Amino acid sequence: MMKNTIAAISTPYGEGGVGIIRISGDNAEEILRKIFVPAVPGDPVNRRMTYGHIVDEEQNIVDEVLCVLMKKPKTYTAEDVVEINCHGGMVPLRKTLELVLRSGARAAERGEFTKRAFLNGRLDLTQAEAVMDLISAKTDRTYDVAVEQMEGILSRKIRMLRNMLLDVLVDLTVNIDYPDEDIEELTYRKLFTGLDSVRQQIQTLIDSADTGRILREGLKVAIIGKPNVGKSSLMNGLLRESRAIVTEIPGTTRDTIEESLSIRGIPVILTDTAGIRRTDDKIESIGIERSKASFNEADLVILVLDGSRELEQEDYDIMEHVNPSRTIVLINKSDLPQVLSASEISSALKGARTVSESMKDIEGLKALEDCIVSRVETDTSARRESILVTNARHRDLLEEGMRSLCDAIDAVLRKEPLEIIEIDVNSAYERLGEIIGEAVADDILNEVFSRFCLGK
Amino acid sequence: MEQIVMDRYDVIVVGAGHAGCEAALASARMGNKTMIFSINLEAIAMMPCNPSIGGTGKGHLVREIDALGGEMGVNIDKTFIQSRMLNTAKGPAVHSLRAQADKYQYHLEMKKTLERQKNLDMKQDEVVDLLTEEGRVCGVVTRTHCIYRSKAVILATGTFLRGKIFIGDSSFPGGPNGLAPSEELAENLRKHGMKLRRFKTGTPARALASTFHYDKMIRQDGDEKIVPFSFMNEHLEREQVPCWLTYTNEETHRVIRENFHRSALFGGEIEGVGPRYCPSIEDKVKRFADKKRHQLFVEPEGLDTEEMYIQGMSSSMPEDVQREFYHTIEGLEDIRITRAAYAIEYDCIDPQELKLNLEYRNIGGLFCAGQFNGSSGYEEAAAQGLMAGINASLEINGRKSFILDRSEAYIGVLIDDLVTKGTNEPYRIMTSRAEYRLVLRQDNADERLTEKGYALGLVSEERYQRYLSKKQEVEREISRLKNTSVTPSDASQYLEERGSSPLQNRVSLYDLLRRPEIDYDSLTEIDPERPQLSSHARDCVQVRIKYQGYITKQLQQIERFKKLEDKKLSPDLDYDGIRGLRLEAAQKLGRIRPLSVGQAARISGVSPADINVLLIYLEKQKRGGL
Repeated sequence: MMKNTIAAISTPYGEGGVGIIRISGDNAEEILRKIFVPAVPGDPVNRRMTYGHIVDEEQNIVDEVLCVLMKKPKTYTAEDVVEINCHGGMVPLRKTLELVLRSGARAAERGEFTKRAFLNGRLDLTQAEAVMDLISAKTDRTYDVAVEQMEGILSRKIRMLRNMLLDVLVDLTVNIDYPDEDIEELTYRKLFTGLDSVRQQIQTLIDSADTGRILREGLKVAIIGKPNVGKSSLMNGLLRESRAIVTEIPGTTRDTIEESLSIRGIPVILTDTAGIRRTDDKIESIGIERSKASFNEADLVILVLDGSRELEQEDYDIMEHVNPSRTIVLINKSDLPQVLSASEISSALKGARTVSESMKDIEGLKALEDCIVSRVETDTSARRESILVTNARHRDLLEEGMRSLCDAIDAVLRKEPLEIIEIDVNSAYERLGEIIGEAVADDILNEVFSRFCLGK
Repeated sequence: MEQIVMDRYDVIVVGAGHAGCEAALASARMGNKTMIFSINLEAIAMMPCNPSIGGTGKGHLVREIDALGGEMGVNIDKTFIQSRMLNTAKGPAVHSLRAQADKYQYHLEMKKTLERQKNLDMKQDEVVDLLTEEGRVCGVVTRTHCIYRSKAVILATGTFLRGKIFIGDSSFPGGPNGLAPSEELAENLRKHGMKLRRFKTGTPARALASTFHYDKMIRQDGDEKIVPFSFMNEHLEREQVPCWLTYTNEETHRVIRENFHRSALFGGEIEGVGPRYCPSIEDKVKRFADKKRHQLFVEPEGLDTEEMYIQGMSSSMPEDVQREFYHTIEGLEDIRITRAAYAIEYDCIDPQELKLNLEYRNIGGLFCAGQFNGSSGYEEAAAQGLMAGINASLEINGRKSFILDRSEAYIGVLIDDLVTKGTNEPYRIMTSRAEYRLVLRQDNADERLTEKGYALGLVSEERYQRYLSKKQEVEREISRLKNTSVTPSDASQYLEERGSSPLQNRVSLYDLLRRPEIDYDSLTEIDPERPQLSSHARDCVQVRIKYQGYITKQLQQIERFKKLEDKKLSPDLDYDGIRGLRLEAAQKLGRIRPLSVGQAARISGVSPADINVLLIYLEKQKRGGL
């Protein structure tokens, strides 16, 4: 099923002050309503720049933005258009784009906005000629890319998955169209096994989109903890330079601070969050929301605790919000008399790794760095084979294929008739085909006749 | 030789097989003075191969032909001797009806229908040439030098054109079932510029019923509850006869393998291309060498004949080999063969030379249908015949063509596949060829097509009223089920017996029916107010409710499909002059001349980028930029 609302980052790639995401199509406004919370509540007003936040499905803030909705027909594409002005930098832009894609748009093809503009009567003939050249040139380029990919691991992998689906489709087809033949009956168990193994492998590919991103854009590490446990000192320690203000008054770091650094060759984006604590301070509470957002999207969370003090309610609050498998607990202030033990922590947060440090001793950060590096290495080496998906269109198609496959598996579990199951298997097959640019054509029937002896 | 000028007709049909009969009846019923020719009137609606109608996909075609006012469904309902609904273990979209025909009765009943049809003449004569004038057909010439003038001609020559029979190393000119072939017409069609090619098909031996050992075969009976093909029949009672199942064995395969060299098929004698889904037994043994056995069915050819048809065992082996391998099979050890298996090769057209209305591109008023178009099967032929008859009639009356698209009917899938994609082997319909299988069911063929048939003048008032009342019945029942609810206690026992989870609140019967384990028939237990429904209506109600979610999804897909189908392309577009179109695409498009962007997208060799170029070109044109 092809979505007809398209989206893309329309500012040049790379760092900039502001980046714009453009959405065009019938669902543009609906998507905007889904992901944008204006600062002043109300419906989006046509052609008025509105300030607010992009929030994801869990109501986490993704970015602080300016949005504008432009209703058709007087827009670039003559369709409803939404433009979202995000903070520059690839991370917030990609986050927001991915959210838009999840909310009902698909990634635009190259030149697609212009093509739509023309088809909807917005461009003159000279411009149209240019578009035609663009598209025919695109054919050649796509061809080059296709050849490149043909030899690539991704297309081999996709082809293999398609073949696995083809096996299932052939079984379905022959069972549906040849009821009177002497062929093995297709069981729901066999169907489930066939489909589920493809599902798992597609899931690995989708996950690899995340791992691929880590290597490209850096590992996102968030430092959290209640105020005054030494988060900023840790950040400074890791940066080996003093950047954030370090004071003894709780709550001085009121906004998140993002820094890029390299830890033994691994790119890391380090976010120092506002201390999380219960507060009535308006400004600080915004900072706290930011903190929550940033640790929700982090690949790795460093939870800083004060080793010289008992755990408090605020510590427990934080522990409730983090994912233990993605958390390193740093017991700080090891130079002071210790009341916290590692075992106490691991019983409160099962699965998290624990490191004891004093931020006063810069060399002592080594153990923490080891921990961060090993986390990336296990993550990537396990997935090295499958760090394949780097392209938003591919990811989009994989996710659509995944949805169809899950629908098919649900139908198998409900023991729906074969031709019902076939619908979703076929559409998963088609989506995978689109990734590698292979049309469906008659391959199913060709296989049916080559594998089964059929007919009177 | 002096030519004799005979009568003038609106439409002339060449050939009276399954395609020709439907074509002639449709044309006559739409009010055109029609003539149908056959080399032999005993060959009207002849079944030279299997004595059955229907099956997966094919059964759907018969229902569609029936819904449009065609004859095949009605005729098989009159003459079947066994009826089975196939695929009942699967979902409703692929339930397929198949009936064993008394092939002699089938022929006689169809002949009677033709004889009694107003506006229709029939004649036993061989058409040997076409008359053309300024690129348009204007009549035919027969072997006896008679000239019949007409406004349109429909070619439905089946396997007669330069037919050639192969049995082992003997081969000779011949049509199906021992009839004479048609030689001259093929030559003359070439002279008119038609490019013809060779296809091949085959049929198994027939043997005497009294010489089979039935205790060694597995008996297969018809269904107890007979479902008629035609929407005109609600109930049919009929004494049914059984078919018999048996298998080949290692010995059979040995005999065949040792004689491969004597098969016409592997001897290089046959140039025609045969269908993969209808392989001869030697083909099966060769291609699937590790398969230990192949199944075959022994089927009666009629009630007044002793001859039995051996389904699954077509061959072009010499007669001694045939006898030897048939005799290795359990139950067939002593059979006495009355007609040997043979392969037949014939001339046919490349269907890509046709337009979607089945008119030949280069000669106006000349329509083509059936095996001549590269299809195989009685049902495929009949469907095309009906459409060719309708379109010939529309064309000569200056009316718009009647084209069914892929979302409306299997007939649409069949013709679009042939004309747009072409075929390299005799084409057979299959449900998997249809993208919108869930919507194109055999139970709703009338909903999809009867109104269209009525508008064309093919559907009788009686049929139309039947359709309307069934439609009303279905709507009324669905809304009743929506408005009738049961309490948890009413339903508890019924649900428990079916392993279905108990209710928390009152629930409508409609919602209850959507549970996979609940079916309409058993639901009557807790639905005492249920009205008596016709069986056609009952099927529709059940399917519409149970698969509503999937049907809706498919309807949305159809909506998107229609968007591209609705973007029309002019038949005389100059594709070479469109900038940005790749050479291969321009050539293919120029040859096939699709009527819509959607059709263009289905042509192999036309890429999505080419379609984008076409869309842009269309927009330019619309805005007068060209």
